[in-house]
Amino acid sequence: MKAWLPSLLRLLLVVLLVAFVTNPGWFQPLLKPLTENGAPAIYNQGSLLTLTFLHLRTVLIATVAATIVAVALAILVTRPAGAEFLPLSRSLVNIGQTFPPVAVLALAVPAVGFGEKPTLIALFLYGLLPIFENALTGLTTLPANVMEAARGAGMTGWQRLLKVELPLSAPIILGGIRLSVVISLATATIGSTVAAKTLGEVIIAGLLSNNLAFVLQGGLIVAALAVLIYDGLSAIERYTARRMGQETA
Amino acid sequence: MIEIEGITKRYDATTVVDDVSMVIEPRTIAVIVGTSGSGKTTLLRMINRLVEPTAGIIRLDGNDNRSQPDYELRRSIGYAIQGHGLFPHRTVAQNIATVPVLLGWDKARIKARVDELMTLYQLDPEAYGPRYPHELSGGQQQRVGVARALAAEPNVLLMDEPFGALDPIIRTKAQEDLLAIQKRFGTTIILVTHDMEEAVRMGDKIAVMDAGKLVQYAKPAEILAKPASDFVETLVGASEKPFRLLSLGRVSDAVEKGTAEGEAIPGDASQRDALAELLWSGRSALPVKGEDGKPLGRVTVDGLVKRAARPA
Repeated sequence: MKAWLPSLLRLLLVVLLVAFVTNPGWFQPLLKPLTENGAPAIYNQGSLLTLTFLHLRTVLIATVAATIVAVALAILVTRPAGAEFLPLSRSLVNIGQTFPPVAVLALAVPAVGFGEKPTLIALFLYGLLPIFENALTGLTTLPANVMEAARGAGMTGWQRLLKVELPLSAPIILGGIRLSVVISLATATIGSTVAAKTLGEVIIAGLLSNNLAFVLQGGLIVAALAVLIYDGLSAIERYTARRMGQETA
Repeated sequence: MIEIEGITKRYDATTVVDDVSMVIEPRTIAVIVGTSGSGKTTLLRMINRLVEPTAGIIRLDGNDNRSQPDYELRRSIGYAIQGHGLFPHRTVAQNIATVPVLLGWDKARIKARVDELMTLYQLDPEAYGPRYPHELSGGQQQRVGVARALAAEPNVLLMDEPFGALDPIIRTKAQEDLLAIQKRFGTTIILVTHDMEEAVRMGDKIAVMDAGKLVQYAKPAEILAKPASDFVETLVGASEKPFRLLSLGRVSDAVEKGTAEGEAIPGDASQRDALAELLWSGRSALPVKGEDGKPLGRVTVDGLVKRAARPA
């Protein structure tokens, strides 16, 4: 009975999420008690479905870009020729993480204008660190005898990277991507302060009009997305790790 | 034929391999023995250029091993290491196919070769081919490791303590399998080990290394009979010498005329096993049978003891 319970809960969450963003009207009675003075209980200044889609798109673009840059950087600094850039790239990536996203937004708006762009920049910078650190760990902790065998079999540097090193560190790199995605999902909401179309719009509208129902529905959709995506990526990680006979945490 | 000429490897001030020269005849097994830190692994790794020598030349069938790119050289030389180093994310069949794929063989030829090697190593291609290395036992992983090294039909096979991680029973079996396969393919094998027992059992010639220098390079019987230095003597183990000497010979070479009571011992068993059997059963003679089961004669304790004495 214990084994199928988590799967059932996940399925239930998916059904609820899809139902809520496609037919929010159904949930009006539930949220009505949270509003005052006859304010609307369901966000009415745009479609929740569209906002969810745009929110996910923003996170996807930022994460893909962060993954490409972070993994490329990790590959570069783990080659003999790039080893001396390791401290430099570490500090660069760390700076990206220490800068609060709000500050990045404030600095980016004068440069690139309002809208999605400053949000993408903030999420990209914020998402680099977990992916870079994990890729670095993955690429530097490969089993020595496997690497020796790859060299001894006559693989070139590229062949070793593509056929052995990246596949072997894939579970760890995926772990970094997972962390980055979850951070970005939450952080993307503040993008709405600079007019990016994300679910943050609902939360901010709720805060401005003192409508708790808005804040709650915006927050819950983001939370549900985060939980489901985190779960899904964990499952892929476990699958790739298990295929290699690695123990999973 | 592998000619090693004046090979030296220095890391800063430390000389790991010091002016080593030796010739390994084709289709033979040369075993390099030494303690850890003797430079035996470094010497081996210079043959396929995983380590570049500081000085000296290594020729394979007359060609300098630096005459082609290092990765191409390595594809033409089999390489098996301790702990097998199988790719954990690839199936057994994909692991064995590693070098043929790098060489661009066509699919049918790769499949035929993988199936041939797996059958040779008593692994059913249908059952084991699609499995991942972690699903195999230690002995099976080791066999797959050697099969991978042999996949592209190399003339030369380098082995670095390939049996080190195996338990004694599986190790003996793996050694026998390797000898059989060496005979079948006529591969030249260079094997590194710290185990003199393994060296005597496997080697056509044994190279003893100490502190980077080649101390003695000779046939096993000669190493046992005339150790070149105290170090070789210690490595051989003084109390083990007569038994190691006997383990080199076959019973069929020690047969005397006459008959004896009891169960016959096969002619291709080692003389050491025959002596052990005689001592254990308290008899003075054993009958010997040939491969066809016909009696060949007998071996006696006296005869074997004479053979265990230091050769003149």
